[in-house]
Amino acid sequence: MPDTTIQDTSPQDGAYNYGYLDEQTKRMIRRAILKAVAVPGYQVPFGGREMPLPYGWGTGGIQVTAAIIGREDTLKVIDQGADDTTNAVSIRRFFARVAQVATTTHTAEATIIQTRHRVPETPLTDGQILVFQVPIPEPLRMLEPRETETRTLHALSEYGVMQVSLYESIARHGRIAKTYNYPVMVNGRYIMSPSPIPKFDNPKLDRSPALQLYGAGREKRIYAVPPHTPVKSLDFDDHPFEIETWTESCALCGSTESFLDEMIVDDTGKRLFVCSDTDYCESRR
Amino acid sequence: MSTTLLAPGFADPAHDAQRLFRSVLDAFSHPGRIVELHDAPAGPGTLSPAATAFLLTFADRETPLWLEAGVDKQEVRDFLRFHAGTPLVQAREAATFAVIIAGGGEPFAGFAIGSDTYPDRAATLVIEVPALDGGRATIWRGPGIDGEVRLAIDGLGDGFWSAWAANHALFPCGVDLVFASETRLIALPRSIAVEA
Ligand SMILES: [Zn+2]
Repeated sequence: MPDTTIQDTSPQDGAYNYGYLDEQTKRMIRRAILKAVAVPGYQVPFGGREMPLPYGWGTGGIQVTAAIIGREDTLKVIDQGADDTTNAVSIRRFFARVAQVATTTHTAEATIIQTRHRVPETPLTDGQILVFQVPIPEPLRMLEPRETETRTLHALSEYGVMQVSLYESIARHGRIAKTYNYPVMVNGRYIMSPSPIPKFDNPKLDRSPALQLYGAGREKRIYAVPPHTPVKSLDFDDHPFEIETWTESCALCGSTESFLDEMIVDDTGKRLFVCSDTDYCESRR
Repeated sequence: MSTTLLAPGFADPAHDAQRLFRSVLDAFSHPGRIVELHDAPAGPGTLSPAATAFLLTFADRETPLWLEAGVDKQEVRDFLRFHAGTPLVQAREAATFAVIIAGGGEPFAGFAIGSDTYPDRAATLVIEVPALDGGRATIWRGPGIDGEVRLAIDGLGDGFWSAWAANHALFPCGVDLVFASETRLIALPRSIAVEA
């Protein structure tokens, strides 16, 4: 008997398959996701193709979401904490069309939350998946440009270069100056870039009941943090990790616990502080 | 061979695969959680619906498959070649996926464990077990588990959990497991320590 193989026979809906990606690509990404979950914090390379998407959409996040999403999902998309930016609205509409999913702005209603630059203030729950759009997945890249070298450093868990870099920051600034994309140690094994979220959000990654998936489109990497997994922000005994605090409260909802954006509200330079997380802020007013 | 003898694959490929993927992802994200696969097809020969669903969801032309002799029947080969296009291999080290019947010795020997620089290049083994309970009591701990989870998967051989301890010690290398029984499965990624 000859080896019989068949091509994908998935129904095509006009120009695109369900969820935009073809089934072969989805399977490849799904296999990468399983391995990413099995080795928390390790960056799994995936094949993937160039996706013709608008600049700023984050093709890595889009590909991860497209590979996991189904008709039963409810999708939330945030950009800098807001559901109503051009990119967030466009991405939400895109998946409503290609995957026929319900969309929401409410964190608690979402089964999948695709995000750029923030983790929602509302605590996440078991069953939710947070998909991060990642521009630069390699946390050691600024310190070591060679991919073969960073791969070896991860393999050996040889992270002295990162420790030295953070300590130099303390020597120069009196503290670790990094406020975004603050590196973390996942389950005591891999140093990971949490994507350009403010370090304010780092504690939300630690032992979260939600699954975290990170997609980097340009470098074609997927990594993951399973639920309940320890995520520790790097620090030193004499310089413990600290998050941002504000003396102001939100001008709209009065929150003293959320991440605040500073806004200039008139031409005299008057400034206000408001929650970066628009859904959280609106739910409190 | 006549294709009319083939067991059916997915009725609705894109959507069935998506739902089953999410169930398996739930299992891998919560090791020890028993996940019911509602859309699992009956499958060919002695292959369980859960193992069948896993392979149809993840296997394709790019993922060589190794079948243990007890599963390696013509109808199973025909089914997987037709519905998934999966190449079957004799050498364990060449396999991306494998189907193993619980109870044999050295269940993980010879399969790809990945390398220190590419630990993702490791095999995922589907282990067919008679039941997901009623066996030796074990305690699982690690990423995805809130504290610990207690399980008693049935039908595993005497040396199974010591072989697992050796596999876990290879982390970040090592194989990942899926225990399949009827339409249910449990995932055991290499990151999990099992006290037996
Ligand atoms: Zn507010």
